[in-house]
Amino acid sequence: MVLHRKLLSLAVGLGFGLSVGFAGTASAADDMYIPLVSKGFQHQFWQAVKAGAEQAAKDLKVKITFEGPESESMVDKQIDMLSAALAKKPTAIGFAALDSKAAIPLLKKAQASKIPVIAFDSGVDSDIPVTTTTTDNVAAAGLAADKMAELIGKAGEVALVVHDQTSRTGIDRRDGFLNRMKSTYPNIKIVSVQYGGGDQLKSTEITKAILQANPNIKGIFGANEGSAIGVLNAAREMKRKIVIIGYDSGTQQKAAVADGSMAGAITQNPVGMGYKTVEAAVKAIKGEKLPKVIDTGFYWWDKSNMNDPKIAAVLYD
Amino acid sequence: MSESTTQQKPKRALFSSNTRQKLLAFASLIGLMVFFSLASPSFMQTDNIVGILQATAVNGVLAIACTFVIITSGIDLSVGTLMTFCSVMAGVFLTYWGLPFYVGVLAAIFFGALSGFISGTLIAKLKIPPFIATLGMMLVLKGLALVISGTKPIYFNDTPEFTSISQESLIGYLLPDLPIPNAVLILFVMAVGASLILNKTVLGNYTFALGSNEEAVRLSGVNVDRWKIVIYTFAGAICGIAGLLIASRLNSAQPSLGQGYELDAIAAVVIGGTSLSGGTGTILGTIIGAFIISVLTNGLRIMSVAQEWQTVVTGAIIILAVFADNMRKSK
Repeated sequence: MVLHRKLLSLAVGLGFGLSVGFAGTASAADDMYIPLVSKGFQHQFWQAVKAGAEQAAKDLKVKITFEGPESESMVDKQIDMLSAALAKKPTAIGFAALDSKAAIPLLKKAQASKIPVIAFDSGVDSDIPVTTTTTDNVAAAGLAADKMAELIGKAGEVALVVHDQTSRTGIDRRDGFLNRMKSTYPNIKIVSVQYGGGDQLKSTEITKAILQANPNIKGIFGANEGSAIGVLNAAREMKRKIVIIGYDSGTQQKAAVADGSMAGAITQNPVGMGYKTVEAAVKAIKGEKLPKVIDTGFYWWDKSNMNDPKIAAVLYD
Repeated sequence: MSESTTQQKPKRALFSSNTRQKLLAFASLIGLMVFFSLASPSFMQTDNIVGILQATAVNGVLAIACTFVIITSGIDLSVGTLMTFCSVMAGVFLTYWGLPFYVGVLAAIFFGALSGFISGTLIAKLKIPPFIATLGMMLVLKGLALVISGTKPIYFNDTPEFTSISQESLIGYLLPDLPIPNAVLILFVMAVGASLILNKTVLGNYTFALGSNEEAVRLSGVNVDRWKIVIYTFAGAICGIAGLLIASRLNSAQPSLGQGYELDAIAAVVIGGTSLSGGTGTILGTIIGAFIISVLTNGLRIMSVAQEWQTVVTGAIIILAVFADNMRKSK
């Protein structure tokens, strides 16, 4: 291992020397390899992150790979992926931790081999990552609360269907929404906060129960794509006219916003997240200073602006 | 192959057919490794080989448990969630109750055995088919793991020695250039132990006998039900050890993990030449099967094959391995 490390540093040294020697930065960039180990892979959100990362790879002339486990519970599979990615001797690595504590030994190894780690989507509880590219979920859910208040006339009953009470995004979106309501809109009452695991069917059943129990409810916020679709389904099945605000995008939410059954949604910028992760990795390799957190941004989208090129670019199908 | 006597003399015949089986499986493993070494210089590196070994440990141990059950012509779908349940119980004993290290280890193995005992009883006494009994147990255990942990991971921060089960390297301590994690050492020790139990003990004899001809065993006056329960209990205890390995590796008991792991374990057993209809099988074959799966997964990742294609290739290789085995047997 010691030998390998020596060889690696020699190779890096040589590569650097060569790049300075003749071709300039372009040829050095060609040799940069940045694997991204994500939380998921099949979900459209992650596919959009991947698309952004690939765009950045093309623009910055680096090589990337993108992979993630089949489900967000497979912590050990993700660790295996990270381990394989490190074995490929990358120049930098992007990592969205499912359980950041479980990944610490490998991240330490990356640090020891001088491979910069860029955290994306959710943070890693450690100072190893040079930066984290992420959505400010608290602020984004606060914006959802403002829109909800505006649409129901700043008074009445509201409920939340959230994906889970343990993940960072679940907690941040719930609290971001609740705190804004509490601090700014005293006449709005939160009647229920329920968790459906992001599962469309489960979220549908939960929402039906909420609608049943609260005949005067005016609006429901679905805190991720699956939750929002569940809320939509339930309102449709029970033929109730309420203000529905969703999160992220996807074919179903897009259709619902277009036909008016959903008032609008918050979108993160998954494409931007992928792009900025690769961009930050390249900067880290070049030794540039990076801020501790890079906000990848979020937008409110509804019928009026969903075809606006800036918005349409970050909405995925 | 001249031995068509597998039915009459299961053990003797098995041994000679096994030699070829092992060779074939072993040759496939070596073939894969040579292929990946040529395809990517990153493959044959100490770090990566250690990574492959580490990735095999949990599945290998689960596959050992499955081998026993499958040789009896049974099946155990609960191994994955049982593993999780046991790691949660270790978390309860160590982190919630602050009991000494060894108590947590014993607790995981005890609850594994207990669950195996229940599965075995359902199958042997209540005559519920193994597929259904263990499917039920899989869901029960998955739910219990979530309930007991409060759906949150339990961390082992107060018991630092716990992570050494999996992550530290005793071999690396003696030979610094060979940092093979303890989890792998445990896998190999268990494989040797399980192989001895399977081939040299009464438990092993009855495992094969039940899978070959249960009725004949019953008619010869053996308490078939009792041995079935013993075998499932034993397999359950092994899953308890898998629970310790995964919890130690992740430094936490992850309650939502586990479902799907039974399929990897069963695949390893089948690739290793154990027949799902029972009566034949070896631990060495199973271990090779487990390594084929992890080498394949790792190699395709190292080659940066697109993830959707990795899945396709892995599935095709499993089918191919079993097909080759069938061809060989029918000759």
